[in-house]
Amino acid sequence: MAIKIPKPPVPGRKRKPPPPGENFVKDGRVSVKEQAAEAGASVVGWVDERTSASGFLRGFLFRKVPKGTNWFYTLGSATMFAFLSQAVTGIFLAMYYDPSPTKAYDSVQHINNDVWLGSLVRGMHHWGASVMIVLIFLHMGRVFFFGAYKYPRELNWLVGVVLLVLTLAMGFTGYLLPFDQRSFWATVVGVNINGTGPFIGPYLADFLRGGPEFGATTLSRFYAIHMLLIPVLIAALIGVHLYLVTKLGTTAPPWLKAKLPEPLEKEKV
Amino acid sequence: MTLPPAKMPGYFEGETMTRRMLFTGGALAAGGIATAAIALPAIGFAIGPVFKEEKFAWQDVGAPSDFGANYLPRTITLVAGVGEAGKTTAYIRRGDPQLGEKADEFIAISTRCAHLGCPVRWVTPAQRFVCPCHGGVYDYQGRVTGGPPPRPLDRFETRVQNGLVQLGPRYSVNSQLKRFSPRDPGEHIDGLWQYLYPKRFTTPPPS
Repeated sequence: MAIKIPKPPVPGRKRKPPPPGENFVKDGRVSVKEQAAEAGASVVGWVDERTSASGFLRGFLFRKVPKGTNWFYTLGSATMFAFLSQAVTGIFLAMYYDPSPTKAYDSVQHINNDVWLGSLVRGMHHWGASVMIVLIFLHMGRVFFFGAYKYPRELNWLVGVVLLVLTLAMGFTGYLLPFDQRSFWATVVGVNINGTGPFIGPYLADFLRGGPEFGATTLSRFYAIHMLLIPVLIAALIGVHLYLVTKLGTTAPPWLKAKLPEPLEKEKV
Repeated sequence: MTLPPAKMPGYFEGETMTRRMLFTGGALAAGGIATAAIALPAIGFAIGPVFKEEKFAWQDVGAPSDFGANYLPRTITLVAGVGEAGKTTAYIRRGDPQLGEKADEFIAISTRCAHLGCPVRWVTPAQRFVCPCHGGVYDYQGRVTGGPPPRPLDRFETRVQNGLVQLGPRYSVNSQLKRFSPRDPGEHIDGLWQYLYPKRFTTPPPS
């Protein structure tokens, strides 16, 4: 009985690579085709020679992660991409939005109804805000339940808490901007909740409104805080957060026991 | 054998500050001054409104004969130039001597709920002010009869000038209807609470 053995995948005839430099130079000149083929590598090389970025990027993008790293570890990146989506859509919304109390509502209606893809971009910003808040809480829950806030990562937990507060402040300041009945009264209530803090509350409420009543500068004040002040702070703190993540590394999930080094393993027995 | 302490260039016997320390301190001081020169005006600009008293213009709301014992709503402008957002409604009636008010004065109740600032409305069958947001209920004089509000409804100063009733600045009242400087909604005003929520710079004192 003959057993049919499949032919092993044999690589084809080995081509001898040309000696270095030989295929580049023809009649004493480098051919255009070869130059084009090397263009990408040479541009990257040019930049890398002047910045040494490749060393940093290799350490940053190809760093070692512990055994057991799973999908829960992507929640932080997901939150960051939600922030980037908010930043990009927000920049484009600002091109059409008018933060004056008499025109804000109409400009939002204009974005929704008249501007091409306006309802899509505004929808991305509107729903993306909720997505970012959900993701940041899930990320915080992951860090908490995996015990990833413990030594030496306490400072990164603190930075993350500040980022959480700033994200909620984004939600609060952004809620006013459509300037319809819901957003107006929700902001009135929100500012008055701030006002109930003892001693500094009344002054905090005056600061948020820019005066004793909801006035001409309240909307532009919220707009400036929403689109300039807090995004810059969030971007800077994300930088600090990522630096510390890279510097300290991530933790293994709590259900994995740490493997002791060889001599200690023997001692245990 | 111990080495003698290193001496920086320019070292002299009995010096208390090295050249390096002087220049480090100088650079820090210059940077601090430059930062303060930018940051202080910017911060002052942002928090300035907290310290500025808002002027409130008296506004005509109608002839004295318009108002009786029943509340009439009148719209007034709190902030000019911001459209609907700057307007509010006041309910106005004549004072009732049976309630300890003067018969010739006018009572103007602000519709800003004392809980968190939603607009209350007067419900005639119930003889109550009712807030749509969190269920605050107030009686004829604006005193809390139900729900979360911590104090009675605010009022506006009233006067009669040139044969017309005019509304002036807002003031808050405690549960005995005693006048206080205007507080934001949500702030208690009775007893020691009044010191927990101090008077703001942006509002005039009660007359």
